Amino acid sequence: MAGRLLVRGMVAGILAACLAFLFARIFGEPQVNLAIAFESARDAAAGEAPEPELVSRTVQASFGLLTASIMCGAAYGGIFATAFSVAYGRIGRLSPRALSVLLAGLGFIVFALIPDLKYPPNPPAVGNGATIGLRTTVYFEMIALSVGAGAIAVLLCALLIRKLGQWNGILASIALFIAVIAVAQWRLPDINEVPTDFPAVVLWRFRESSIGMQAVLWTTLGLVFGPMAERVLSSSLGRTPRRSH
Amino acid sequence: MSQTFSQVQTLPAPVAIPLRAIAPWAIFGLLLSMLLIYFTGAEQGATSLIAGHAVHEFVHDGRHLLGFPCH
Repeated sequence: MAGRLLVRGMVAGILAACLAFLFARIFGEPQVNLAIAFESARDAAAGEAPEPELVSRTVQASFGLLTASIMCGAAYGGIFATAFSVAYGRIGRLSPRALSVLLAGLGFIVFALIPDLKYPPNPPAVGNGATIGLRTTVYFEMIALSVGAGAIAVLLCALLIRKLGQWNGILASIALFIAVIAVAQWRLPDINEVPTDFPAVVLWRFRESSIGMQAVLWTTLGLVFGPMAERVLSSSLGRTPRRSH
Repeated sequence: MSQTFSQVQTLPAPVAIPLRAIAPWAIFGLLLSMLLIYFTGAEQGATSLIAGHAVHEFVHDGRHLLGFPCH
């Protein structure tokens, strides 16, 4: 059963990635192009030769972006389905569809929102090539801490609900999550490599489109996976899925 | 509306999947997912398994827009 859920999670992730690709293509690509124009103008002013195009911009903005989105969507879908398999029947009495939406919301928070608050996405021309090692390390550390803190908060939630009641127990576990994240983000190094003359509007629009792309991906994942999981879970009990409308 | 709520109440309680049945799929799924995220987010950036810049350049826009540090 976990295997069938895993396959469906990855398929839902790929479908979600296709929608996220469309969003990024329409709202993100214009900002990427503006940032690359800034980079080229800066390099030309400094008298540097333009970088050779190994992969053309057209391919990067179409098949490249689609491939990257699908790989990432399939990966998030796989992790999501694994979390769903463990959480189903263990978090209250939530139906497959309700649990799917809840977990997708949590996935968006721990995989996208929290890491982006500390290390926001950057367009081309922002970022010093010499620090790529450090930036990659701390970015993945931030994701790991955020996912870990989220998992601990969910596990402790049941205990806190028993001690404090449903409302206060859930609030207490959210407070615990926020406290852990606040300490982690305070301790991790700050990174600011935005060139002083980089247009603020391009940076803002780029970051908006980036978080928007993640919102589209996780929302679609949560809504598409629920009905798929419902069919798997009810067919294994030898029943046809109940129509609720 | 009240009918909808009473229907929700009568749904059978969800039956958890035994952790032992999930474990092998969880290991497989998480490893595969981490490999996919590595190639989308980090290959030929901070570290490199394949020589050159082709992978990096191909996923370039996705890496930026999905929030990974690119270069």
